[in-house]
Amino acid sequence: MTAEARGIVAIIEPADGPAGALTAEVLGVARRLGNDLNEPVTAVVLGETVAEVGPLWEFGADKVIRVVHPLLAEFNLDAALGALEPLIRRENPNVVLMAHTFQGRALGPALAFRLQTGVATDCVDLRPGAGGGSLVLTRSILGGNFRAEVVIDTRPQIVTLRPKAFPPAEPTPGRTGTVEEFRPEPDPVRVRQEVRRRIQEAAAEGVRLEDARIVVAGGRGLGGPENWHLVEELASALGAAVGASRAVTDAGWVPTSLQIGLTGKTISPDLYIAVGISGAVQHMAGVSAAKTIVAINKDPDATIFRYARFGVVGDAKQILPALTREIKKALGKA
Amino acid sequence: MNIVVCIKYVPDWEAPASQFRIEDSRLVPAPGIAYRISDTDDEAIEAALQLKEKHGGRVTAISLGPASARDGLKHALAMGCDQAVLLDDPAFEDSDAAGTAAVLAAAIRKLGDVDLILTGRQAADWDQGQVHAGIAEFLGLPAVIPARHIEWTGSEFIVHRIYEEGYEEIAVKPPCVVACSNEIAEPRYPTLRGIMAASRAQIPVWTAADLGIDPGRVGRAGRRTRVLRLYAPQVEAKCEFIEGENPEEIAAKLVQRLREEKLL
Repeated sequence: MTAEARGIVAIIEPADGPAGALTAEVLGVARRLGNDLNEPVTAVVLGETVAEVGPLWEFGADKVIRVVHPLLAEFNLDAALGALEPLIRRENPNVVLMAHTFQGRALGPALAFRLQTGVATDCVDLRPGAGGGSLVLTRSILGGNFRAEVVIDTRPQIVTLRPKAFPPAEPTPGRTGTVEEFRPEPDPVRVRQEVRRRIQEAAAEGVRLEDARIVVAGGRGLGGPENWHLVEELASALGAAVGASRAVTDAGWVPTSLQIGLTGKTISPDLYIAVGISGAVQHMAGVSAAKTIVAINKDPDATIFRYARFGVVGDAKQILPALTREIKKALGKA
Repeated sequence: MNIVVCIKYVPDWEAPASQFRIEDSRLVPAPGIAYRISDTDDEAIEAALQLKEKHGGRVTAISLGPASARDGLKHALAMGCDQAVLLDDPAFEDSDAAGTAAVLAAAIRKLGDVDLILTGRQAADWDQGQVHAGIAEFLGLPAVIPARHIEWTGSEFIVHRIYEEGYEEIAVKPPCVVACSNEIAEPRYPTLRGIMAASRAQIPVWTAADLGIDPGRVGRAGRRTRVLRLYAPQVEAKCEFIEGENPEEIAAKLVQRLREEKLL
């Protein structure tokens, strides 16, 4: 694509909904870029699941494009690529933004290669380049020990944004824009994969890990799966969501959907209690938006204490039952 | 079933940050730092070997240079891969994900007769998660990322793709590209016999000319992205340790501090 590429496209995560937290984050970045570069903002919604477009305008979209096709009812990478390739070519935007979710991880790079352009994944910061040049995109590398500032020399610049790393858009009530439909004809031959079924493992009830105000997570320092109930009991006393380090999801103590970190979930609780978690950068990449971290670990030199506001050096098997009792007492649940 | 596994040989990503220094927007590992097959690439090798053991066929490991990547390929052979190819040429140096994927795709095309291409979900050094997508697009194949299980029914692959709430069962026909997550398999340790055989194995080197690659499409010349600057983010340690005679006292003090900070 050529130098006259113009406009910011934000791809909305259907599961998140028009007023969802990710939508607000992605449109927040899109709107700020739109203002800085004086370019219009277009929200692209895959499938018909998002019925309401008002919140997208209020978050800053000037235009909403609904991409309508039966194959887009749920995320299918081949169908999404088949639909988005002609749309993005037609729109010829400067920037395409999306959240670095499991959809974005698949779609961002694939769309970039389909359009023969560059992509920066899992960005934690971005700013317009000097003189309206390419965006300066900040990525975390080596698990989080280092940061890289990169630019994309081709257009559109495709960027996936780490959830919780950017402030959400503030809605402007009553703000409106335009809406249109795009009915692609994805070549059925190129839809070579089929989603047969979705198996939900995350607890259907209770607080979602990503949205929880308090999270209690356990790691290998708990000693074994037989002690996992201590984490659950503390979480239940606090009304918190339960998470885990990769060490214990790999070991099969708990389902993968509980994994927090670079290859798992990104959380942003007010209070994060990490139990028996050493604090590898790859884990900390998922909790960098947590406001207060409490670490409980046997090893006084554990890296987690570098990030923690409060630390307890001790055996989780002894500390947790006492802490659960104390919290129940404090919250009047005893 | 013929499987190609793409691996990257990288400095130990779990080494402390002090083991790396920044030089001209490049990360230079300290001399003597261990190199390993990247996180999830070894799981991809294991997944390939298990499929082969069940269904027969051949597993080929490939890696884009430098020459030191030969050690990673030897490890793959020692684990049980049937053959390995090193892709090395000065023209490949400084490739970004686009250049890397172009070289790997060309090598896979040259190998021919491939049913499944496996990669890790993201390399442990740059954490980008792009190369699998590039290989798929350059070869015109479907891609699934990230996979925690894969099986062959006789006519299609059933891949369990991770998403936020659990997993999806995806049916995909060969040939296809699957990027493996760490849950897919526990990598085996090479046997002594495997190590001996691997040490004697010849690992051919394919260059840009061997692959018919235009040097302008790869390496520095083929980059779509550039690195402006690298830096180490500062972490300011400010931990307040809660101490006490026994767990009850520690718990009580911690709860008191959390209440003072209005966190409870």
